Amino acid sequence: MIPTVKKPRLAFFSFTCCEGCQLMVLNCEDEFPDLVKLVDIVNFREAMSEKSDDYDVAFVEGSISRREEIKKLKEIRKRASTVIALGACSSTGGLNCLRNRFPVEEAKRIVYGKDAAVRKIKDTIRARPIDSIIEVDHYIHGCPITKEEFLSTLKALLLGKAPEVPNHPVCVDCKMAGNICVFERGATCMGPVTRAGCNAICITYGSICWGCRGTVDNPNMDAHEETLRRYGLTADSVTRSLDLYGGCTVRKKTGRGD
Amino acid sequence: MHKDHDINVHEVTRVEGHGNIVINVRKGRVEELRLEIIESPRFFEAMLRGRRYDEAQHIMSRICGICAVSHTSASVKAVESATGMRISKRARLLRELAFCGETLQSHILHLYFLVLPDFFSVGSIVPLIKSHPEIARMGLGLKKLANEICRIVGGRHVHPISIFPGGVVHVPKPRELKDLKKALTGSFERLEKTIELFEGFEVPDFEGSREFISLRAAKGYPFYEGDPFSSMDASIGQESYTKRIKEYTVPHSTAKHARTSHGTFMVGALARFNNNHRRLHPRARKAAKRLLLKPGCSNPFMNNQAQLVECIHLTEEAISLVDRLLEVGLAAERPARPRRFGRGIGLVEAPRGTLYHEYRINRDGLIEEVNCIIPTAQNLRSIERDLGEFVVTILDRPRDEITRSVESLVRAYDPCISCSTHIMDVKFV
Ligand code: SF4
Ligand code: SF4
Ligand code: SF4
Repeated sequence: MIPTVKKPRLAFFSFTCCEGCQLMVLNCEDEFPDLVKLVDIVNFREAMSEKSDDYDVAFVEGSISRREEIKKLKEIRKRASTVIALGACSSTGGLNCLRNRFPVEEAKRIVYGKDAAVRKIKDTIRARPIDSIIEVDHYIHGCPITKEEFLSTLKALLLGKAPEVPNHPVCVDCKMAGNICVFERGATCMGPVTRAGCNAICITYGSICWGCRGTVDNPNMDAHEETLRRYGLTADSVTRSLDLYGGCTVRKKTGRGD
Repeated sequence: MHKDHDINVHEVTRVEGHGNIVINVRKGRVEELRLEIIESPRFFEAMLRGRRYDEAQHIMSRICGICAVSHTSASVKAVESATGMRISKRARLLRELAFCGETLQSHILHLYFLVLPDFFSVGSIVPLIKSHPEIARMGLGLKKLANEICRIVGGRHVHPISIFPGGVVHVPKPRELKDLKKALTGSFERLEKTIELFEGFEVPDFEGSREFISLRAAKGYPFYEGDPFSSMDASIGQESYTKRIKEYTVPHSTAKHARTSHGTFMVGALARFNNNHRRLHPRARKAAKRLLLKPGCSNPFMNNQAQLVECIHLTEEAISLVDRLLEVGLAAERPARPRRFGRGIGLVEAPRGTLYHEYRINRDGLIEEVNCIIPTAQNLRSIERDLGEFVVTILDRPRDEITRSVESLVRAYDPCISCSTHIMDVKFV
């Protein structure tokens, strides 16, 4: 007989984002019935009313963009033994950091006009990834995440292993998928420096890689910029493709706690 | 009946995004009532400023994971109208098919994951997997099929890839479409059972007259296309939308509220149904009858039923789109190129109601100004008003029950709070 072990308790939290990564979790329709046998989901505001502050693994979606969120995030770190960044917003700051191109006060004014002083938006700060505030144990990249990577991360955790994060560029997957390189038709692509793991899905579906999964650990940025230039792209379009997902300026912190 | 109540729901669950309900009742009178929207604002207006026209759809899709096809479509339509691009018939059919997938997925998620637990007095779908496995499996199966529609057209359901300004840059394989048609045809059985299920649930008796605003198309039931239409004074031109819908800020919400000259109005499935019921597929009209949903219905709780009726219609619609696509053929094509740059509007019916994007693009193809009107923000005033009128009718009940009932009222609107806080208001001069 299999010994009964305590089921791990999972919690999902959401900060500044589109909640698309949580939705990818809910899109695991086939796996869902089995999943809830193996783990207890104790906190998932978007899908359940039950709430508990007693959990082992916290999946955190979204960037941090208000002082109030910092407090909540630190609280989560204290309670969870494992914190996993769910998606680009949370792991690299993602698209949210685009607004950091403007000072906070100006961004508020652009959106809310003369009502920018409204109490609820007062404590807005520059958008940042969660690891600029707390220590993060694992990252699931992408905007949105893929459900395969969510499931494989969960599986690794259940087996007590460290989840694997690919560290080769999207180009490798892209070639395996049999795509024609978009540079051939004069488009820009972030594939050469972007972390793989999505099967180069955007190129397969007719688009370009926008760089949503962040860069590989040691991206050869100079060579990449050189390639972009070689294909006749202007300095402007080079910066443009680099800062869509790479615009975050608030750096990763070291050490747990403060 | 002179009762005092302090109802404080911190972070309403089973809705998209973060909101609180605060109601104080003294001696049977509502003294304080707020639906507080505490979601962090995301400043999409600032994010999009200075970006190139063909990055807009990628950025704006990230307003909302649930209605990404709608934001992407409103965005490319605004860009196309600002640049004079024309799309092919095939591209249009593909976009419409993606719309069917998104709205089906959004409605099924709402009905099964968010609403159904209320009827069974449980907190989520999880206990239902054990207690009513066949029902849970039905919901999961329908949701999966809806996702599959989006995947076939756009690569994935959250943030579709292939919808670009000037066209659709990926075409499905005929085999995929044929299989999809088979699965869709097979899904009616589950949808019929879902109707049976909802027939059995009691709907609170609560009517309040209001204006219903939705699109109305020259042909068919509107999702991808149409002109704004009001149940009170007929057609509103696309250009007049921002004149009719006035947005304003309130201190307790990071999302703006909106009103028209008639005051409170509602957008979404019930509004679409009321304004377009004659355009529904006969099978969907039959479903409406069974669900006791009548044209002109002003009970917001019936929004759930209206969504279910739309699910039937959308399934029929998706099947017919597949047929038309197979007829037109599935040759790949590159998107159209801009012919000019200027100002443009894109209007669609997102699952939760009319969605408006407006951009101004400068000579270099960079976006200078953005204005979006989001469905949920248009409903917030209506939700608050209904909360006030509804709560006084149930004050004699135990507190817990009152709390549950007001929560389910908010839920019936299917608010998408993270969407609504992305309101951007810039005056066009
Ligand atoms: S990473 Fe992308 S999909 Fe995920 S929450 Fe952020 S914006 Fe949404
Ligand atoms: S299309 Fe992009 S990801 Fe694919 S090979 Fe070319 S540069 Fe690399
Ligand atoms: S191809 Fe690029 S943009 Fe697309 S999912 Fe992969 S990493 Fe993200």
